[in-house]
Amino acid sequence: MSLEELYRQVILDHYRNPRRSGSIEQADAHAEGHNPLCGDEVTIEVMIDDGVIVDAAVRGRGCSISQASASMMADAIVDKSLESVATLTRQVKSMLDIEDGNPGLDPERPGSVLGDLEALAGVKQFPVRIKCADLPWTTLEEALATTD
Amino acid sequence: MNPTTVRADFPILSRRVNGKQLVYLDSAATTQKPIQVIDAMNDFYRRHNASVHRGAYTLAEEATALYEGARSKIASFLDADSPREVVLTRGTTNAINTVAYGWGLYNLKPGDRILLTKMEHHANVVPWQLICRHTGAELEYLPLTDDFLVDTSNLEAVIDNRTRVVAFSGMSNVLGTIGPHAELIQAARSVGAMTIIDGAQLIPHAPTTVHDLGADFVVFSAHKMLGPTGIGAMWGRMELLEAMEPAEGGGSMIRDVQLDNSTWADVPYKFEAGTPPIAEAIGFGAAVDYLTKLGMDNVRAHEIEITRYALDRLGEIPDLTVYGPDDTSMRGGAVSFTLADIHPHDLATILDQQGVAIRAGHHCARPLMRVLDVPATARASFYVYNTLEEVDALIAALHDARRIFDVA
Repeated sequence: MSLEELYRQVILDHYRNPRRSGSIEQADAHAEGHNPLCGDEVTIEVMIDDGVIVDAAVRGRGCSISQASASMMADAIVDKSLESVATLTRQVKSMLDIEDGNPGLDPERPGSVLGDLEALAGVKQFPVRIKCADLPWTTLEEALATTD
Repeated sequence: MNPTTVRADFPILSRRVNGKQLVYLDSAATTQKPIQVIDAMNDFYRRHNASVHRGAYTLAEEATALYEGARSKIASFLDADSPREVVLTRGTTNAINTVAYGWGLYNLKPGDRILLTKMEHHANVVPWQLICRHTGAELEYLPLTDDFLVDTSNLEAVIDNRTRVVAFSGMSNVLGTIGPHAELIQAARSVGAMTIIDGAQLIPHAPTTVHDLGADFVVFSAHKMLGPTGIGAMWGRMELLEAMEPAEGGGSMIRDVQLDNSTWADVPYKFEAGTPPIAEAIGFGAAVDYLTKLGMDNVRAHEIEITRYALDRLGEIPDLTVYGPDDTSMRGGAVSFTLADIHPHDLATILDQQGVAIRAGHHCARPLMRVLDVPATARASFYVYNTLEEVDALIAALHDARRIFDVA
């Protein structure tokens, strides 16, 4: 599967069939993020048990990139420790060129390291859209910062 | 007027973007600039640059003559009685704030009403909200009809003696809708309310004079009519300009400054504090010359032709919704739309890959987005240099977007 196909199929799939869409009552951490320039909105709620994210829910509205990124993120963070979620966030942000560092992807086998999330690497080609892909991750960081 | 000939004057239009010929369809945001405007500004900096209104040397005299010459050109373009009625501002937003803070702050009191419409740009909403905070005045909004026109059916009930300001868009930057100028101004006048037309879209696109419009203030920006950014105009009735307070104080706008108090310079200078954007004013004048040469009747005729063609061709695309009147006599060339469940930002990115530049977002009109019940729209907008072939390129790119998004 080429990167372009991965980008197209995976992002469209998550946009049209968002994972873990909805809300969690009495979440342990939550945050709302929005991008005032383009109007993207994402709300994230997570349940944390003994340093592990045991449930996550996202909802929002906006472009395919912001909403697909939120869907993939919700899927990726459940059953992960807060430390591994922090590491994953660094990987995604470096993949998007927002932060320095090497995301550690295998160019020969797209999707083999971060799964669906690697589709977001294609967003780099569209610099004005990087903020859309980043919105859920920054919002997640804000949510988790409230639990410290 | 032949857009193909016009295009030769716009260097940027020969650019390629993402390997494709640029198709620039975002003139409602800002227009491209003809070589005549670029040269006029360039020539000012190369040969005449000096501050205006104070030098006793040749360059300063030349700069002043060019700056005041631009004011005269803008006055003629509007058929104003005198260039003194034209205040040069930083743009439409700055002009509306000048009226709000120079007139509204001193003339409004608790219980007074400011009437706007639901299709206003934020530039004609937020300054009035701020003035309401200062004065206790209240905002009211005229609704829109189902066919995207300003609904004046209930006007007599809405406008009464409490209405002190009627401020409205001459032409919507989202819907293209031309405002019901005559009706609103007549109703405002019957209760003695001050009127201001946000002409940011109207003035560049339609032949108008301040006499035809009949408002107390008409404000607009150079950069939406082939001129540079950072400059605009506020035309006002002389008796109001004379009575109004300056919204900004500083150099150039004074007659005398004492330690505790100052007196103001004559109109229009009392509204032009600080060193003005001189090259920009000269570029504005050159833009007005260019439009005058094309003829505003021809500009409007071309806009009606290309907008009709665009509306017809957009109508051929399944799942595409246009937000705005279909009757081209009631509208300008800003055409907003959505396509199936494709978010406007995704559309703009896909179109950009084909070299087609459109705007996506809320267009600084969030109250209107709520009326339309959409978070955002895509918008294609046309001007003197756009051709029917460019509309075809837009349509082809939209079909491409349908394919990429697997819209059935």
